[in-house]
Amino acid sequence: MKNMNGKNIDYKEVLSKLGPLLALVLVSIALSLGTEQFMTVGNITNIMRQASINSLIAAGMMMVILTGGIDLSVGSITAFAACVMGVMIKNGIMNPVLLIAAGFGSGTFVGYINGILLTKLRLPHPFISTIGTRNIFRGLALLITAASPISGFPKAVQYPGTGDIVFGIPVSFIIVIVMYLGIHIFLNKTALGRHIYAVGGNKEAARLSGLNVNKILVIVYAICGFMCAFAALVMVGRLNTAFPLAGSTSDMDAIASCIIGGVSFLGGKGTIWGTLIGSLLITVLRNGLNLIGASADMQLVVIGLVIIVAVYVDVLRARAEAKSKRLAAKR
Amino acid sequence: MTQPFIKLENITKKFPGVVALNNVSLDLFQGEIHGLIGENGAGKSTFIKILTGVHTPEKGKLILKGNPIKIENTKHAIDLEIGCIYQELNNIPQLSVTDNIFLGCQLKKRSGLLDYETMHKKARELLKDLGQDIDPTLPIEKLGMGHQQMVEIVKAITKDIKLLIMDEPTSSLSETEVNELVKAVRKLKSRGVGILFVSHKLEEIFELCDKVTVFRDGQHVITGPVTDFTNDLLIHNMVGREITQQFPKIEFKKGEEILRVENFTRYGVYQKINFSLSRGEILGFSGLVGAGRTELIRGIFGADPIDEGKLYLNGKEENIYSPEVAVRNRFALLTEDRKTQGLVLGASILSNLIITCLWKFKKGLFLDDSKIGKAVDHNIKSLQIKTPGPDTLAEQLSGGNQQKVVVGKWLNSDAEIYIFDEPTRGIDVGAKVEVYNLMNKILEQGKAIIMISSELTEILGMSDRVLVMRNGSITAEIKRGNKQFNQEDIMHASWDDSAI
Repeated sequence: MKNMNGKNIDYKEVLSKLGPLLALVLVSIALSLGTEQFMTVGNITNIMRQASINSLIAAGMMMVILTGGIDLSVGSITAFAACVMGVMIKNGIMNPVLLIAAGFGSGTFVGYINGILLTKLRLPHPFISTIGTRNIFRGLALLITAASPISGFPKAVQYPGTGDIVFGIPVSFIIVIVMYLGIHIFLNKTALGRHIYAVGGNKEAARLSGLNVNKILVIVYAICGFMCAFAALVMVGRLNTAFPLAGSTSDMDAIASCIIGGVSFLGGKGTIWGTLIGSLLITVLRNGLNLIGASADMQLVVIGLVIIVAVYVDVLRARAEAKSKRLAAKR
Repeated sequence: MTQPFIKLENITKKFPGVVALNNVSLDLFQGEIHGLIGENGAGKSTFIKILTGVHTPEKGKLILKGNPIKIENTKHAIDLEIGCIYQELNNIPQLSVTDNIFLGCQLKKRSGLLDYETMHKKARELLKDLGQDIDPTLPIEKLGMGHQQMVEIVKAITKDIKLLIMDEPTSSLSETEVNELVKAVRKLKSRGVGILFVSHKLEEIFELCDKVTVFRDGQHVITGPVTDFTNDLLIHNMVGREITQQFPKIEFKKGEEILRVENFTRYGVYQKINFSLSRGEILGFSGLVGAGRTELIRGIFGADPIDEGKLYLNGKEENIYSPEVAVRNRFALLTEDRKTQGLVLGASILSNLIITCLWKFKKGLFLDDSKIGKAVDHNIKSLQIKTPGPDTLAEQLSGGNQQKVVVGKWLNSDAEIYIFDEPTRGIDVGAKVEVYNLMNKILEQGKAIIMISSELTEILGMSDRVLVMRNGSITAEIKRGNKQFNQEDIMHASWDDSAI
C-alpha cells in the first residue's frame, strides 16, 4: 500500500486492513499442508473457476453497498439474464453476438429498474424494493423458460465459462481480474467513481454539493445488473445450460464477500480488492472443506462463523482506531 | 411572600468557548406564570436544561422548597415534580393518546393485563378538565399540533408536576389553538402549578404571564411583574450585547444585480419573499430561530421545492429545481450544520475539497491525481487549514478548520453567489475572523454573499444590508449606515410585528 504523500505509513493499520488477505493466506497454507490435492494446478484452476461467478456478482454488490444500499435481487437477475439467452437459442437465434448483447442488455435493464424503483418511486430502502424485484425477476425467469433448463449454447458463448488461457488459467478468472481492475480505476480515478463514495458517505452533503444523487444511484444499480449479466454469461458457458433456478444463494454469498472484505454496511467505505479477497476466501474455504470431506452442512456453519469473525475483527479494529484517535487528541 | 417552589442561586454553566449562563438567580413560584425571553443564545435553553437535569451547573445552588438539591437527570426532575414540554414534542406518534399519557405508568388489571377501560376513561376526564374534547383512543399522529400539546400537558398532570416548563409552546400553533392553550395554562395555574413560559412572542407574554424575566448573553437582566413593562422596554432589555469582537469588514463598491427573488412562497413556511442581491455585497438575514430563513435559502438553492415564486439570475429567469441545477448556476450553499449536510465526515479533506469540481480535473476519461494534489495543497495553504495532510479525515478536524474546508470546496466550484447559513457557529474567535476575511475575498472578486446569522453582532459587523424575517415574512430591510442599522431596531423587527 502506498501513501499518497509517500511518508508515514502506519504498519499496524496496513496489517489490520490486510486482515482478510492474511486469513486467505493462512487458510491456504493450512489446506496445502493438510491435504495433498489443494496445491495442485488442477485444484487452483478449479478454485478460480468456482470463484469467478460469485466474484463478478460481488463486484456489483460492492458498489451498491458503497452507496449505503443493498441489492437482494442479484441472484434473480443472474438467472433472468441467463434465461433470456436460453430462450433465444430455443427460438433458433444462435448468433453469439446477439446472445451476449441480449444477456447484458436484460441484466443491465433490470438493474436499472431497481434504481428507478429506489429513486423515482422513492421506496424507503432498497432492501424492500429489491426483495420485491428478487421475486419478480425470478418469476420472470421461470415464466419465459416454462420452468425448465435450456441447453445447447454456441461455442463462442460458452468460451467465457469454459475456456483456458496459458497455464490453465480459466478465461472466467481473467474476466474477473480485468473487471476488478476496471472497477478499481472507475471508483478511484473517475469523477463518477468518487461521487459514489461521496453519496455513500453522506447523501445529503453530496446532494447539497450539487451532485445528482439519484442519477448516481440509478447508474450504480444498473452496473450491478450488468455485473450479474456477466456472471450469467460465465454460468451458462460453464454448464452449457440456462437454469431458471440458478443463483438462489448468490445474493448472500455476494454480500458476505463484501463484508468479509471490509466494505462498510453504512456506505462510503470499502475497496474492490477487499471484495475479491472476501470472495476468494469463501471459495477456498468451500473447496478446502470439500477436500477434507466435510459435509455441506458443516460448510454452512464454517462460512457463517467466518462472516461473524470477519465483522467482529472489523469492529475491534474500528474501536482501536477510535481509541488511538482519542489518545492522539489528548496529547 | 410565600416560599418559592424552586430557587436558583448564582447558576453558572460553561461550554467550551462560551459561558452559557453567568451567575443567574431566579425564583419560581407555584401558581404563577413566569415568562422568560431573550435573544437567540441568551441562555434560555441552557436554563431549561438545568431545571430538567440535562445539564449540571458548574457553580450555584438549586433550592427546592427550602432544601438544596441536585437534579441528576430528566427522570429525577420529574420525580421532583418538574416537567417540561419541549418545542419538539416528545410523543410516540403511532400510539394512542391514552398510551402516550400513561407511558411508563400504565394501569393494570388484577390479571396483569392493561386496564384500557379505566385508562381511556381517565384520559378523557383529564382532557375534559382542560376543556378539551379529544378521543383518547386515537393515535396521536391523527391530532393537530394544538391537541398534541394538550396531551403533553395532561401527561405532565398525571405525573403531579408542580413546575411546568413550556419551551415556545405556541410556535407551531394556529390562533385558535393558541387561545385554547392559553385557557389550559390558566387552568393549570389555578390548580397551583407554576409555569415557566418561554416564548418569542411578546403579545403572549403580556396576555398570559404574571412575571417576566429577560436574559441576555447568559446573564439575568431583569425580572418584574409584566404590568411594569412595555414592548419597548422588554426589547430594550434584550439588546445591548457589547461588540467585543472586531469585524474586518471591507465595504466594496456594489456592482449590478446578480440575483432577484420574487414572491417566493412555500406554504406554511415562508411567503411572498422579495429581495435582490448585488455583486460585492453581503446581504444579512436576521431573525429568530424558526423564522424561516434557513428554509427560504434551501428553497432558493433547490434543496426543497417551492410552491410559488420566480428567481432571476443576472436579470434572466431561471428555474432552480435541484441543488445540482443551483451549483451549475454558480450557487454555493454553506449549510448551518456542517457535519450532517456540509461534509462527508468519513472522507478525506482532499475528497471533500474536490467534490464540487471534479470535472476540472478530468484528463480524458480519468482524473488527474497530480493536478488534484496540487490544487488541494494550494487550498490548504491559502485557507490556512491546520491539518497533517490532505488525507486526514474531515471528522478529525476542529470546527473552524472543517468550516474552512466547506468554504474551500465552494471556492473551488467557482460559485458566484455564496449562501452562508450561520457561518461561524461553533468555531472559535480566531477562526471566525479568518472566515470573515474569506468573505471579503469573495466580495473582492465581484461575487455576492447571503449570510444568515443569529448573532446580531455578526449581522451588524459584516452585512451591507439586513433583511429581518419573522414568521416566514420579511419585516424590515435596513441598509448599513442607516439610522436603524442597530441592534435595537433589528430586534424590534424580529420580535414585534407592529414595530416597523
